[in-house]
Amino acid sequence: MTYPADPLVIADDAAISDDPGEKPPSAVVVRGRGSLVFRRFRKNKPALVALVVLVLLFIAAFIGPFVYKAVTGWTYSDQDYSAFLSPPTGSHWFGTSQIGQDVFAQTMRGLQKSLIIGLLVALISTGLAAVVGACAGYFGGWVDRALMWGVDLLLVIPSFLIVAIISPAFQDAGWIVLVFLIAVFAWMITARIIRGMTLSLKEREFVLAARYSGVSPAGIIFRHLIPNMSSLLIIDATIAVASAIIAETGLSYFGFGVQPPDVSLGNLIASGTRSAFTFPWLFMFSGGLLVATTLAVSVIGDALRDALDPASSRAGSTK
Amino acid sequence: MGRFLLKRLVNYLVLVVVATTLAYIVASLALNPRSAYEGRNPPPPAAVVDQQLTAYGVNDKDPLLGRYADWIGGVLLHGDFGKTVTGGDINDQLGSRAMVSLRLLVLGSIIGAVVGVLAGVVSAIKKYQVTDRLITVYAFFFIATPVFFTAVLLKYGALSVNQAAGSTVLYYTGYETPNLQAGFFGHLADQIGHLILPTLSIALGQIAFFSRYQRNAMLDVMNSDFLRTAEAKGLTRRRALYKHGLRTALIPMATLLAYSFGTLAVGATFTEKIFGWHGMGEWLVDSITSNDINVVATVTLFTAVFILISGFLADVIYAVLDPRVRV
Repeated sequence: MTYPADPLVIADDAAISDDPGEKPPSAVVVRGRGSLVFRRFRKNKPALVALVVLVLLFIAAFIGPFVYKAVTGWTYSDQDYSAFLSPPTGSHWFGTSQIGQDVFAQTMRGLQKSLIIGLLVALISTGLAAVVGACAGYFGGWVDRALMWGVDLLLVIPSFLIVAIISPAFQDAGWIVLVFLIAVFAWMITARIIRGMTLSLKEREFVLAARYSGVSPAGIIFRHLIPNMSSLLIIDATIAVASAIIAETGLSYFGFGVQPPDVSLGNLIASGTRSAFTFPWLFMFSGGLLVATTLAVSVIGDALRDALDPASSRAGSTK
Repeated sequence: MGRFLLKRLVNYLVLVVVATTLAYIVASLALNPRSAYEGRNPPPPAAVVDQQLTAYGVNDKDPLLGRYADWIGGVLLHGDFGKTVTGGDINDQLGSRAMVSLRLLVLGSIIGAVVGVLAGVVSAIKKYQVTDRLITVYAFFFIATPVFFTAVLLKYGALSVNQAAGSTVLYYTGYETPNLQAGFFGHLADQIGHLILPTLSIALGQIAFFSRYQRNAMLDVMNSDFLRTAEAKGLTRRRALYKHGLRTALIPMATLLAYSFGTLAVGATFTEKIFGWHGMGEWLVDSITSNDINVVATVTLFTAVFILISGFLADVIYAVLDPRVRV
């Protein structure tokens, strides 16, 4: 009941629900959108597994290094001069690299970096897409034309190439520049979809009512239009996390992304590729964790799409 | 239909020009060709370096627009793509590298699109059955897996296959065996042998991508009224699906096809680098590292033209499938 104005609130007859004994048969349970979405998501077993995996990955990436340091004493920047290219052992869980770096500590550090970059890129690009798309759709006219021209231009630019060329120039500024560079090229298609949705939403009564009662355009866009497109934005942000992580690791793989001495999964995979056959622990752990992350994120995104889509028949109806 | 295609063609040509111009300008601003001379011992006199760079058309002291005009003029009027930063002729390498990349890109996109669409259709028709679930698991896995991981896993697999077979069944380095004396068919077989794994590394991801979208498009169509009508007038389910359903469900795929070539080209870069193919993608990565502006612009132009041709093809498919654009 948190969103009473939501058209998707569904009346659910308690008499035919799973546990009819709990409520008087005459009562009609009105499920809010939030609980409905939650119920649908909860029914999706792969999504729950993916959620657990993702939470574990986050814990491993952010708390893991401290635990590991306490247990074995290694951090990602240390070198063990007594163990070069050692296979996984008790003191080096994922083995060591050519110069004695601890692969577990490095992988966790890389995972942490990749997760932060993925989340930040998703946040920035989805926010940008929402604002630009809603402005273009709401104002129309030359604002629309100018913004959409910008969108088309950015779609045409070979983004991988441009980021690859520019990002080494900002090496000193660190990975935050990389976040902005990836985000700048990641929002255009969503912005187009948002614009289309805005075009139809802005003729609806609640928007007209807000406008005639004197709400400013900014108020309408941020308080009425964007909240009404939140399902799409949530889904899109999830997908953006996965693609941003892949983009970041791809760039780092070629040495155009996160720069040493800092590590990301891309760097680790790149340095492990050369010896993937002879010393598989250099490659398999970072690669496997990367795939686990992106896989978990995209399964969750798909489940959210099913749960948030009012027309979805999957994951049961309203139950 | 002619007017529609003409409009699209003009649109793509503008895009090629914009993309190439931007790549040239960004590359000129961000890359520093001077670094090629900095590490030399004894250091060359500044005047000599300037003269060399001017001769190659990459001197940052010359006006940028003038350099760009010279380069694009050479490309358009004489088919001359200029010099590399070390003075080599770009045209010498362009032909062989383009052929290497095209083999990969064309095969990868055709296999990816065709198999992907088929898998998507099967997946939609067998919704929630074992086949569908298998295809879905496959698709999720390969959409989430970057090309550089798939490629190395394939190499790993090839190595085990070769060890099990006791001879080299699957090649994973380069695009042909150097100095092979085997006649025409021997060469052909050799090149095909080298092609399998790199093509797979690209195609697996493309198939996954297309099958997901095709599945959704097909599911939308399968619930539509016109299919029920087609069945009501006496067509069998199968016939109605393939004759009316698939055709409609393919229309959004044509647009998707045009969008997917960008990702494909980037993916091919990883494949080329990992499998040691001396193609355009590898050239691009190397040229960024060696601050080679002309090569960056040339590779961008190549990619843009590839996207133009394939995007245009996608539009032709679109026009054939959807009678509304033919008016």
